[in-house]
Amino acid sequence: MSFAKLTTSALALAALSATTAAARDQVQVAGSSTVLPYASIVAEAFGENFEFPTPVVESGGSSAGLKRFCQGVGTEHTDIANASRAIREKEIKACAENGVTDIIEVRIGYDGIVFASQIDGPAYTAFTQSDIFNALAPKVMVDGELVDNPYTKWSDFNADLPEADILAFIPGTKHGTREVFEEKVIAAGCEATGAMEAMIKGGMSEDDAEDACLSVRTDGKSVDIDGDYTETLASIDANSNAIGVFGLAFYENNTDKLKVATMAGVEPTTTTIAEGEYPVSRPLFFYIKKAHIGVIPGLKEYAEFFVSDEIAGPDGPLAAYGLVSDPELVATQDGVSGEKVMGGGS
Amino acid sequence: MTDASMPTSSDAKPRTPLTTVDARTKKRKAAEARFRMYGIAGIATGIFFLIVLLASIVASGTGAFQQTFINVPVYLDPAKLDKNGNRNPAELAKVSTFGYTPLIQEALLTQVQNNGIETPLEKRGDMKAMISASAAAQVRDVVLGDPDMIGETVEFRILASSRVDGYLKDRVKREDVARDKNIDAEHLDLVDALVPLGIVQKTFNIDFITGADASESRAEAAGIGVSMIGSFFMMLVVLVLALPIGVAASIYLEEFAPKNRLTDLIEVNIANLAAVPSIVFGILGLAVFIQFMHLPQSAPLVGGMVLTLMTLPTIIISTRASLKAVPPSIRDAALGVGASKMQSVFHHVLPLAAPGILTGTIIGLAQALGETAPLLLIGMVGFIASNAPDSIASGLLDPNSAMPAQIYEWAKRADPAFYERAWGGIIILLLFLITMNTIAVILRRRFERRW
Repeated sequence: MSFAKLTTSALALAALSATTAAARDQVQVAGSSTVLPYASIVAEAFGENFEFPTPVVESGGSSAGLKRFCQGVGTEHTDIANASRAIREKEIKACAENGVTDIIEVRIGYDGIVFASQIDGPAYTAFTQSDIFNALAPKVMVDGELVDNPYTKWSDFNADLPEADILAFIPGTKHGTREVFEEKVIAAGCEATGAMEAMIKGGMSEDDAEDACLSVRTDGKSVDIDGDYTETLASIDANSNAIGVFGLAFYENNTDKLKVATMAGVEPTTTTIAEGEYPVSRPLFFYIKKAHIGVIPGLKEYAEFFVSDEIAGPDGPLAAYGLVSDPELVATQDGVSGEKVMGGGS
Repeated sequence: MTDASMPTSSDAKPRTPLTTVDARTKKRKAAEARFRMYGIAGIATGIFFLIVLLASIVASGTGAFQQTFINVPVYLDPAKLDKNGNRNPAELAKVSTFGYTPLIQEALLTQVQNNGIETPLEKRGDMKAMISASAAAQVRDVVLGDPDMIGETVEFRILASSRVDGYLKDRVKREDVARDKNIDAEHLDLVDALVPLGIVQKTFNIDFITGADASESRAEAAGIGVSMIGSFFMMLVVLVLALPIGVAASIYLEEFAPKNRLTDLIEVNIANLAAVPSIVFGILGLAVFIQFMHLPQSAPLVGGMVLTLMTLPTIIISTRASLKAVPPSIRDAALGVGASKMQSVFHHVLPLAAPGILTGTIIGLAQALGETAPLLLIGMVGFIASNAPDSIASGLLDPNSAMPAQIYEWAKRADPAFYERAWGGIIILLLFLITMNTIAVILRRRFERRW
């Protein structure tokens, strides 16, 4: 029966090709969905300009990417982890336990985090960190007392804000953006409103108070979005009262649907972020597994290409897409070409 | 049996002629009429939603099949592309796409000025917003393919940027561009002036059907073709693995296996497996195929193997059903004239069951074709812009995506132009599914026998 012959030969072919599959010749990248657009732009240009195959870039969040990165050394593991925050001590330790010891940290530039709302919605045009804290923290200061958050409308605590129900879509905990949001907005608001002081006076240690300052209310006024910014955008589309947290680049691609709010009086643009005026910005990173350099063809070339002036510089395609280029790019370039690993070694 | 237990007219009540309609009959008839209405209403709702769905898919997706191009003669300046003038391919390759971009911008600007169009955009850099970033790569590939072209002026048909394309498709509105830093109103004026001259043209875009994925900054260049090939190779693996294994397993279970507790247990578990969420198979695939067997990530081979696991129960169940449908008299007759058990199965039962088996297989394949969840875990969802594979081995092993994964990926991206492409991808995927289901229906109609 010819069909049986066909299937057996095809099976044999599949088995044969499986055995030759050990080596991998393209760079494998996973991690932050904020870095994904930049990484994909670089991967595409890399594929066009070099003889190496186009790297594969996956998303899934900074934590998920670093977790996969730290699973071990070998072609079945990823070579690069994209992250929208710096790697944590805990993760470095987890990496080391699996034999991933030499990690090269590469800072590619800065990204702004913006607060935006539906273009026809209430006039959310100016926020301060205290406003966001008052709206979203579980405990806030009312008349000098630390109480459970009583506010349901923005105008309850700041008469300049619209009289609209509080509803915010913030990035879920697996995103690096969440950490920046907590530290640069919620914690800053916590200090500014005096809530942190009140917590310490109430008998909390300073560390505990700092941790408590990072939490958000859980009564449904603050909604975690675990997916990408498109999911936040869809939620904003459905709720005219809501505000959402976006990356600057995403906002700039959707100016027809979103309007952005200033933070502490500063409008988020690449200029204000580069000059450090806009307070809610964060560096973006990727991490290279040094053990894979020389094993995976094109890995080092990809990293060098990523941080080269024509890509990551102020006139490059990444800046055009919304990345705020790093003023210390030269040092980064040296770090990559010298394969400088974290922790001072070389 | 409640109807039967009801008191009939012969019992206590006075007899009435059958032709007169009494209250009870009326009630029963009304109940039947109501039930019919519910049924019709149910079907009507279903059809209504189907029409809404199809209409919205077609309305949102057809734009993806058209694309805006710019026809422009580009002067391939030797001073920029080949400084030493020796046409050495290695040296030519050193000029990256960034070296080509200014040439294209210059070419478009010259074209605008030669046609006497009045515009405040007078600098070369002003043209950047009009042209796709992929144009440089297109020109570079042509030049590297034929270095003798350097120094000549060559006519190119390059992609316009996604904003220009969106403007011609009414996606980008004039009132919105004020806050858009990617394009200005002057660019749109320029587009309006260039369209009648035929320099900017919106035409059918074959690259959407045949091309590869593109990065976020160039939505206009993205195509579904390479992921279509990825899907094809996965389906090939599913067919090659799942059909023989599934048919062999069902023939054994149905025809040869003794009926005992063990086979009962196996049967129950196969039925259960068919209901297992597909993401579970993805985790299994990651653990077994990639981390234990060290097969490559993002490869259609692994994707196909994962989908095989998912499709096997469907195939086994439908194969067993069609084997069961072959009447025992066929087997008995074969055995009666001296055929062995195996001969009776392979010469008589299996050919008669084949249409049912094929139908089940095609339905299983169609199901596998639309699956995204397991692919998430084995690295087939992401930015995978590999070129079309050049051999069967590379088709199986090179990183690739699949159609539904590509659609999911596009729907996530920031530029609204990708959203349109996601809908376009859905149209293509639906066409495939409809074709496969039609084939299944035809097979069943044509070959299935009823006893």
